[in-house]
Amino acid sequence: MIRSITQPKADEELDRLLEDFTRVFVVGCGTCVTLTRTGGVEQVEAMRKKLLAKGKMVTGSMVVPVACDELSHEILGEQAALIDQSEALVIMTCAFGVQAIGGQLKKMVIPALDTLFIGKESAAGTFLEVCTQCGQCILGETGGICPVTSCHKGLVNGPCGGTNYGKCEIDSNKDCAWTLIYNRLKALDRLDLMRRYQPPKNHNVEPMPGRIVLQAE
Amino acid sequence: MAGSFKDVLNSGEFVITAEAAPPKGTNLETMKHHIELLLDKVHGLNVTDHQSSVMRFPSLGGAIMIREMGGEPILQMTCRDRNRLALQADLLFAFSRGVNNVLCLTGDSIVVGDHKQAKGVFDLDSAQLVKAIRTLEKGYDLAGNQLDGGVKFCAGAIVTPEAEPLEPQLIKFEKKIEAGAEFIQTQAVYDLDHFSKFMEYARPFGVKILAGIILLTSASMARFMNKNVPGVRVPQRLIDEMASAAKTQALAKGIEIAGRMIRHIKDEKLCDGVHIMAIGKEEVVPDILAAAGL
Repeated sequence: MIRSITQPKADEELDRLLEDFTRVFVVGCGTCVTLTRTGGVEQVEAMRKKLLAKGKMVTGSMVVPVACDELSHEILGEQAALIDQSEALVIMTCAFGVQAIGGQLKKMVIPALDTLFIGKESAAGTFLEVCTQCGQCILGETGGICPVTSCHKGLVNGPCGGTNYGKCEIDSNKDCAWTLIYNRLKALDRLDLMRRYQPPKNHNVEPMPGRIVLQAE
Repeated sequence: MAGSFKDVLNSGEFVITAEAAPPKGTNLETMKHHIELLLDKVHGLNVTDHQSSVMRFPSLGGAIMIREMGGEPILQMTCRDRNRLALQADLLFAFSRGVNNVLCLTGDSIVVGDHKQAKGVFDLDSAQLVKAIRTLEKGYDLAGNQLDGGVKFCAGAIVTPEAEPLEPQLIKFEKKIEAGAEFIQTQAVYDLDHFSKFMEYARPFGVKILAGIILLTSASMARFMNKNVPGVRVPQRLIDEMASAAKTQALAKGIEIAGRMIRHIKDEKLCDGVHIMAIGKEEVVPDILAAAGL
């Protein structure tokens, strides 16, 4: 299942964001950030204690099941009185949750996490980005491995000169995407696909920000 | 030297190129000095483009300076810092100022350099950049719009003959040639038996190949490259040879080795020429050429 992968903001940044507020309410999420251990029950409780230690008044806290869901504000409604007492919400969810809750509750929202990528858990505690939603899928010509995401430079015509023994120049623990693609296509006897010239990508597949409206059939 | 780089490439003469590295700042005196030193001794001078992703005086500025000093610049262009608009615009500008040799590279990763928080661009890759040059030469930009005043370049690219695994590099090498690369400057080679096998493969493509020669300055520098520079393999016997020299004689030994390798490449006609990378020791490139009997 795909997940929104997050990591906590540095204390200094959070302190700066909270400078103007004394009374805060903390929100976590039972989905992605629980999996990544950045905004589940334990982390929300740790945040509550940390904020108290910093001299903030924590009016309450809650872990909603799915923060990005449209129903989150109804669940948060159970805590309406405590939320009303707060000046800002410290939100320990991905940016989807921060935006959903901010839009629903009309309160200042302070993200406690940075959203890094949309990925999956490849092994216990290891999260990998597998798709950057580029809008022009070339997996059909790369043996199902995405160079746009998995190559550090997003190269589409083969490896750069920084590849070394199957690893990437930026990290000797990171696999070179093009070595993986080469091995996969070779095993499938389809290296002809790798020889195919890929033209420059169309970065205007969908103008930023992305927006799709389904047409009635 | 007289004659354009392209003319020399096509003449069958043994081609010699070297590098001039732009400074961190605007003090161009050292670079100017190196250019003066090499102007009459090489057929082309590469100007590096924020080498190792370290922000410097631009390669295009350096290339124009070489042209103004009467030299033959080879403009290195990476895809790391500019999107397709900026790359095309710089090619138009380069041509307008007499800079008409271009070496197309992917570019090192941003994170190995000194501006680690910058955005890496890679809107085009090296093969696409070669093809972009060929498109501009036809009088059109990459969006298909007609140019008012065209360009003509001698375009090249690079290959790493010692890459491991090698075949993915060779596939890319072939794509660069298909895209229109006329010459190839290689990553440093040290094992010339190995290199001659690479040339057996590469020769039929008809592209001009200049073997990369990186000056060894010490045994530890050789070990460092083996450990840290992708695709560079200094054989143990050369490391031992460097180590056998007294510390004060290490540079002289490196010059001797580089000269010997160049002579061997030329005498055995392994490839079309050499590209000498002295990396901070541009001062001794004439000595390397002398050691090679050139």
